[in-house]
Amino acid sequence: MEVAVRELLIEKGVLTADQVRRQVEDMDSRTPARGAAVVARAWSDPVFHRLLMADGNAAVETMGLERGPYKLVVVENTPDVHNVIVCTLCSCYPRWLLGLPPDWYKSRNYRSRMVREPRAVLREFGLELPQDTTVRVHDSTADMRYLVLPMRPVGTDEWQEQQLGALVGRDAMVGVAVCASR
Amino acid sequence: MGGQPAGPVARTEHDYALWEKRVDALLVLLSRKDNRQMTVDELRRNIEALGPGVYDSLSYYERWMHSITATLLQHGVLTVDELGRKMADVEHRVARGEL
Repeated sequence: MEVAVRELLIEKGVLTADQVRRQVEDMDSRTPARGAAVVARAWSDPVFHRLLMADGNAAVETMGLERGPYKLVVVENTPDVHNVIVCTLCSCYPRWLLGLPPDWYKSRNYRSRMVREPRAVLREFGLELPQDTTVRVHDSTADMRYLVLPMRPVGTDEWQEQQLGALVGRDAMVGVAVCASR
Repeated sequence: MGGQPAGPVARTEHDYALWEKRVDALLVLLSRKDNRQMTVDELRRNIEALGPGVYDSLSYYERWMHSITATLLQHGVLTVDELGRKMADVEHRVARGEL
C-alpha cells in the first residue's frame, strides 16, 4: 500500500520522489547523539543551561541544530526529582534530537502504565529510584515535546563537553535510565 | 490508553525498514504547512477509527499507512478507483519480481 500511495501521489504531482528521498535521509541523520550534545553543553555551560530551561528551541538553535517543529520543554533531574516522558495518546517524541522512537516507547504497555505506576515500569528498565525521590511523568502533546536533562554523573567535574556527551544515552533523555561515568 | 492496566513493557526495538521510513516521510510531507493534504490529528483520528481488533493486528507503520490512505480518500486527493488499479499494478510487479 505504501508503494501504491507513494507512486500515485508522485504521479499526481502532490509530492516528488526527490522530496521523499531527502526526507528519509534527514530522518537517518537525526540520532540521539544530537540530544547528548545538548545535554553535555548544558552540563558545561551555565548560560546555555539557563537558556535551555527557558526556551529549549532557541537553545538548540544556538548549537546549529534544528529548532524543531514543536515547542521543546526540557525537564531537569535533580537529587530530589526524577523526570520521565511518555506519550499516552500516540508516540510524540523529540525526534529532531533523538531520532525515531524505539518500539517500546510506542507500545500499549508503556503508554498505559507509565502514567499510573511509573516506579514499577522504571524497575522493569532496571532503574530503582530511592523512595524519597519524586517521580514526575510528562505526557507529551501534539504541540510540544519533552526532553529529560539527566543529572551529571559525579566525578566528571574535569571532563570536557565531548567526553561528557559520550555518557548520555537515549534512555537517560527519555528518563528510563540515568547517566553513569563508566 | 493512559492509566489503563497493561502488562510488562517488552523492551523491544528494531532498525526501521525503508518502507517504514517512507511512510513516516509521507506523513511529514503531506502535513507540511506549504502543501497540507492532512494533519497529524487526522492521522490519529483515522488510526483510532481502526477499532481495537484491527489496531492490534497491524504494526505501527501499517496503522499509519492505513490512516494516511483513508484520510487521502476522504479528502479526495486519491480515489478508490485509482488506488485499486494502482494496487493491482503493484501486485503484478511484485509477482514478476520487479519490486
